[in-house]
Amino acid sequence: DSIFIDVLSAEFEEAAELLSVDPGASTLSMSASNTTTVAAGEGRGGGEEVKLDLSEDEEGQEESSELLGGQKAAGGFWTFEYYQSFFNVDTVQVLDRVKGSVMPLPGRNFIKHHLRSNPDLYGPFWICVTLVFSVAISGNLSVFLSQMGNPSFHYRPQFHRVTIAAVVIFLYAWLVPIGLWGFLTWRQGAERQIGGYSFLETVCVYGYSLFIYIPTSVLWIIPLEWVRWTLILIAMLISGSVLVLTFWPVVRDDTKVMAVATVAMIVVLHTLLAIGCKMYFFQIAVHSPTPAPTAPPAHITLATQPH
Amino acid sequence: MAAADEASRPFAGLSDVSISEDIPVEGDISVPMGSSRRDDEFSTLDEPVKETILRDLRAVGNKFIHVLYPKRSSALLRDWDLWGPLLLCVTLALLLQGGSADSDDQGGPQFAEVFVIIWFGSIIITLNSKLLGGTISFFQSLCVLGYCIMPLTVAMAVCRIVLVGGSGPVSFGVRLVVVTASFGWSTFASTAFLADSQPANRKALVVYPVFLFYFVIGWMVLTFSPAQ
Repeated sequence: DSIFIDVLSAEFEEAAELLSVDPGASTLSMSASNTTTVAAGEGRGGGEEVKLDLSEDEEGQEESSELLGGQKAAGGFWTFEYYQSFFNVDTVQVLDRVKGSVMPLPGRNFIKHHLRSNPDLYGPFWICVTLVFSVAISGNLSVFLSQMGNPSFHYRPQFHRVTIAAVVIFLYAWLVPIGLWGFLTWRQGAERQIGGYSFLETVCVYGYSLFIYIPTSVLWIIPLEWVRWTLILIAMLISGSVLVLTFWPVVRDDTKVMAVATVAMIVVLHTLLAIGCKMYFFQIAVHSPTPAPTAPPAHITLATQPH
Repeated sequence: MAAADEASRPFAGLSDVSISEDIPVEGDISVPMGSSRRDDEFSTLDEPVKETILRDLRAVGNKFIHVLYPKRSSALLRDWDLWGPLLLCVTLALLLQGGSADSDDQGGPQFAEVFVIIWFGSIIITLNSKLLGGTISFFQSLCVLGYCIMPLTVAMAVCRIVLVGGSGPVSFGVRLVVVTASFGWSTFASTAFLADSQPANRKALVVYPVFLFYFVIGWMVLTFSPAQ
């Protein structure tokens, strides 16, 4: 029993810390008056006055994940359990987060509404991997389809593009959140983390915001230019608005100039990624009037922009 | 003397242990030499080399048959080995050579790329499954994922044979059907072995990376284009 009390008091400290981080958290309520369920303390009691209100949790998360939700390190970073705490999600949660990244509604902050202090690394990692392969494969297919009528075109799988896609997308999905998180934390200054996001939450929202690019890249196989530009605009709009809706409440407390500049930088980087991918992977060699025997693949190679 | 008595007093309680009073203990400590009765099952050092190789080959072949007819048996999981995956990986990587990859690098995957994709892909999927709370061990999962590449390797061999006959749309259609069927077979076989070790609400999270893995390998098999 004493071990249970120790665990409870440790969690009490965690919960108190969580509250100071985010007063608007809907998951823990420390007031003794409106507790409806006392799930953790049932049957034991002990000497603790802590009652944890877990009744607002409608996502079906386990209690343990709620209690440990704000706990970033379940051990040292050299233990396996530390990393296991980043994968504490179920299928329905991942699907719900993906849905939230595809349908941004104003007023619904992705981090507050969907992550609920349980950021995961499963989503960002596998979305990035899928995006790498979908961009490379779709690019290869679209080049093939556009050159099908060309008798001197020899199909090549262009497998080295997978490596390039992987480097670019993973760099974007990790370096940009690091930079943004560092920048926002620096700007917070003295008022630490009132409304600030942790590093994992930033990485998480960036990872999930890339999901819309996966079906977009598959649809880019359609060889009509206006379809492609429409698709890319829609994707950038949706994905950008997820990011903007997430970061605007944090940034708006800053000076006007910095706020607008930060948000603009987020949008610009996102746009650069989309346009860069389109131009590198989906380039059609439509302006090769008289193809020499080996010119078309070489033309595709030479016309790509160096990164 | 008094000290000896003092010392012997802790052992005074042993005097009523029956063995020291009634039954005289006697025996022979010498170990009989050359007793081969208990060594036959365990020591494989003296058997002929052919026997050793055949035993391992039989184990590998047995697992191949399990992949061909996947049922939920635990034989693959219990006696894992990595010979089969290594054989399959090398075979697949060799079969993917000889494509249009001679001088320029716009061709298919290099030998090392195939190796890296298969082994790193398997390791990452295994780590993913363990991080999500799976109970399968690391090498068992590598073993299963490696053995289930077999349908795709067979498909690659079939594709190369089909490509000898020409590379027109008909051959492409045939290759597409063969690769799709073997990709589905691989995914189905590996999930039949892996799905039991996951908690029920995370099965899809574990199956999706496996699907992606075999999809990429299937893509490599399908887009193999011979040198002209």
